[in-house]
Parts: sequence; structure tokens; C-alpha cells
Amino acid sequence: MRLRVDNLAFGYRGFQVGSGVSLALSAGDVLCLLGPNGCGKTTLFKTILGLIERHGGRVEIDGEDTNAFTRQGLARLMAYVPQAHAPVFPYSVHDMVLMGRTAHRGLFAAPSRRDRASAEAALELLGIAQLSSRDYMHLSGGQRQLVLIARALAQEAPFVMLDEPTASLDFGNQMLVLERVRRLAREGKAIIMSTHDPDHAFACGTRVHAIKNGHTLAAGRIGETLTAAVLSQLYDIDVEVVRLTGGRQVCVPPPAPH
Amino acid sequence: MGQRQTLKDGFIPKMALLTAVVAAIALYALVSGPYPTPPGAVARAFLHYFGLSAGEAPGRLDTVLFSVRVPRLLAALMTGAALSAAGTVYQGLFRNPLVSPDILGVAAGSGLGAALGIFMSLPVVAIEGLAFAGGLATVALVYMVATLVRGHERVLVLVLAGVVIGALAGACLSLIKILADPYDQLPAITFWLLGSFASIRPADIWSAAPAVAVGLVPLVLLRWRMNVMTLGDEEAAALGVDPRRLRLVFVCAATLMTAAVVSIAGVIGWVGLVIPHIARLAVGPNFNRLLPAAMLSGAGFMLIVDMLARGLATTEIPLGVITAFLGAPIFIWLLASRARAWG
Repeated sequence: MRLRVDNLAFGYRGFQVGSGVSLALSAGDVLCLLGPNGCGKTTLFKTILGLIERHGGRVEIDGEDTNAFTRQGLARLMAYVPQAHAPVFPYSVHDMVLMGRTAHRGLFAAPSRRDRASAEAALELLGIAQLSSRDYMHLSGGQRQLVLIARALAQEAPFVMLDEPTASLDFGNQMLVLERVRRLAREGKAIIMSTHDPDHAFACGTRVHAIKNGHTLAAGRIGETLTAAVLSQLYDIDVEVVRLTGGRQVCVPPPAPH
Repeated sequence: MGQRQTLKDGFIPKMALLTAVVAAIALYALVSGPYPTPPGAVARAFLHYFGLSAGEAPGRLDTVLFSVRVPRLLAALMTGAALSAAGTVYQGLFRNPLVSPDILGVAAGSGLGAALGIFMSLPVVAIEGLAFAGGLATVALVYMVATLVRGHERVLVLVLAGVVIGALAGACLSLIKILADPYDQLPAITFWLLGSFASIRPADIWSAAPAVAVGLVPLVLLRWRMNVMTLGDEEAAALGVDPRRLRLVFVCAATLMTAAVVSIAGVIGWVGLVIPHIARLAVGPNFNRLLPAAMLSGAGFMLIVDMLARGLATTEIPLGVITAFLGAPIFIWLLASRARAWG
């Protein structure tokens, strides 16, 4: 399946944040959305998901405009992983993941045995099956993020959108989440991930889309697109991109003044 | 997993125990009171009432049971269950455990309607009708105002509109109180605003029960979606539900239930605030379990409150006074023990 965003204009009611964004992805892609604070990343993200009405342009899945889908129909195709947050009520991890099955159930139905099995399978796949009966509220930030990714997996949607999944996680948990994102892509998901850290794009992205002031600054394959010039322009600081001996690239901020 | 979990956290045994406790309180309520009613005679009266035994109806006892105690018992059960169900729904919907069923002004509107009826010296049926209509109309007004305002934060706007319209209704109520006859109407209005089952007639049960039942249907049918709604609009939408439409359905259902019981029993605070918490402590936040547990606990709680109301003193104490005296300490205890979990 193919998700195509064409000349999208986005923003809130009576206030346009950005326009002219086009992108496309299919199974196995990890598209990283990069951009400074306030560049419109989150708005773009929510507009693609259909959570905010678009101001113009098209979002289509296999040629069909997403506005033509019902909420339930769209949820079967696109899953959303919000930033890890504390819920108001102390749901168990199992119930939290089970909510990902909602789109597959009728309006009046409660989850079936099969839904419970696929929730457990999702936890298993992310390596957190042992958390199933724990209280989601009492997990660490990293564990919560993995639970929310598991919920998106249980949703069985071919497209998964992660909103800054590494924000507010410690270094170890950041790497863990990125590794799981890579694994999801290998297993055939198409992923859009917004991030503040260009190194995370190097670490798990296949493609990148850099946004500045609501417009596309650069887009394309990671290796060719995410250059020192682009990054410097994106964040308004001098950035060097260094290739490590293993072939991996990392970006290095300007040296501290003496 | 589901089966295992049900057994592990003991949901079914807990519900069975709760049912038994409520049934025992209900039986006790039937045989206790100023008119002596030995359990044997009560049992015979019931058999006779349902046509299961021939012979003379036990006259006076029959009247006490079926005109006074049974309607009062049913009213207490229904009111407790309805207010607790509505409180559970509103707390989930507004993602705030400090919310009670009158968050959108249903109690203020019902109170205003009833006070108007009493002020105009209307018959009881009309007073109840006005209370019911007042509650529904107030929430409808709140919803309309919130829809017209159209902020980013729909839920916040809705709550604030409820506060504003509720305050307006409160002002109108104060005006009626000042204008009302201080010897006859004012005590009636005051008593009504604190709630009582003292004047419940069998007809009241028949008028309120259908509305409560109609309100309960969508809650039962949409029980799983209610869980998804507690995650907030954006996540709920991304998980495949339509939060705006669902919220309207839930608000209508909860308002209908609340307005129905308030119209026959008056405004009874605290129940819809405290009982959902206690039920959540016992069975967890999953609405599939929380709804029946809250309704059953609320029914039992209301029965106890009513027994205290008619037994503590020679005159009837208003229900709202007793629920406040019971509810406030329970709530403080909940605050102290659960404050962290609400973060």
C-alpha cells in the first residue's frame, strides 16, 4: 500500500501553519520528519492523520482520499503513536494495548478472545509481554512508549505514525525504541516518525523530510539529503556530518567557543 | 487472558459479594420501620401480592409495604444506581476523577424547574415534569453554547459552559427563593434541593424507571468505546472512534438518567462523585466492569443513606445532608490514598 501526501496545506482554524508539503511512502520505509521547534511538524502530522482538517491538498492511500474514509476505516490503515503520557485512569497494560483493537470491532462489541491474543502478540513482539498485567500508570517513560507502540501494532494498520517517540526518554530507552521502529519497518510497516534528533534519522530512517517554517526544506533518501548544509540551514547553527568507520553517519554540533 | 484475569483479580466473586450485601440491606430495609412488620408476614404479603397464595390480603401491612416501603426501596436503588452510572460516565468523558453528574448543570436546571413548579403551586406531577425538563434543557443549552464557541479544547469549553449556565440557573433559583412564600413554599423548595424519598409514590417509580432504562442502554452497548474515550479526543479518533458523536450520546444518556431520578428524589450530591471512585478501586477502570460495580455500589449506598435519613431522628433528614456527611470523609480518604495515582 502507498500513502501519498500531495501539496498539503495545514494549520488550525483560521491560521495556516504551512503548505506545499508532498511526500510518499510504502512498506518498509521509515520517513523521518525533522524540523526546529514550531516549524509545523506536529500540525502536519495530525493533518496527515486526519485529526485536524486540512486546508488544502490531498492525503491518499492507494489513490483514495483519506477524507472519504470513516474514522474506523482510517484507523484500520493508519495507527498513531502519541508521545508517552500519563493516562487519567489506571488501566492495565493489557487493556491499554487492547484499545488498539477498537477499529476492528463493531460499534457495540467488546474485544474478543482473538483481540486479546493479538494484544498479547503485540506485547510479545516488542519484548514487553511481562508487563501485560502491570498498571500502565506505574511504568517508566520508555516502557509506556513501547506499550503505545504495541497498541499501534495491535491496530494492525500498514501505516504507523510516531510523534517524537524518543522525546523525554533516557539514552538507553531511545536506542531501544529506535531499534523496535527499525524492526517494524523490516516486518513490512510503513512508518512516519517525527524527531528532534537528526542522529535518530541516521539511526533508523530510510528517508527524511525536513520542514522549516511550514515548508519543505529538503526531502529524499537519508544519505543524500541529510547533509551538513541542509542541517545547518534547518537549525540555524553550524553542523558537521561525520561518517564513522562502520559507515554510519552522525551529526556533530559546532565546537564550543573557548 | 481474559478468563485468567477475571479469576485472578476476583471480579466475579466481588460482584457476587456486593450483590449479596445489597440484597441483605434491601431485605432489612423492607422489614424495618416504625410500623412493625415481622419477616414472616412480609413474606406472606409478597406471595399474596404476586398471586402465589390465596386468602385475605393483610390490609394495613399491604399498604405499608406496597405503597410506602417498596416504592421507597426501589427509588433508593434506582437513584443510587443512576447517579453512580452518570458519575462514572462523566468522569471518564471529562477525563477527570473530580467530576460529578451535575458538571453540565443538570442538577441546577432540575432544581430551578422544581422550584418554579413549587413557586407556582403546581401539582406534584407538574413539579416533577418541570424538574425533568429543566435538567434536560439546561444541559442542552450548555451543549449548544459549547458548540457555538468552537474552541480548540472542546471538553474544556463544555465544562466552562456548564459552570456558566449552572451559575445562571443558580441565580434564577435564588430569585425564586426570595420571592417564594417563606412559610410554605420556601421550606418545600429547600427540602427538594437537598433530596428526599419521603414522598415517593408508586407512580414515581413508573415515571422515572423508563428514562433511566433508556439512558442505560447506550452505556451498556458502548461500554468498550467509553474506555477509548478516556484517552482524549485525538487518541480516540486515531483509534477509530468518532469522539464528538460518542460524547453527545454519552452526555445525553447520563443526563437523561440523572434528570429522571432528580425529578422524583430531588438533588442528591456526592453519590455520583464518590461511588465511581470506590468502584474503580475495587474493580479497576475498565468500563465493562466499572459500570455494573458502580451501579450496584451506588444502589447499596443510597439504601443505607435512606435508612439513616428516616431512622436517625424523629423527623426525616434530607438525603443530601447525609450524603455530604458520609461522602466528604470518604472523599478525603480517597484523596489521601489515591492522590498519586490521579497525577
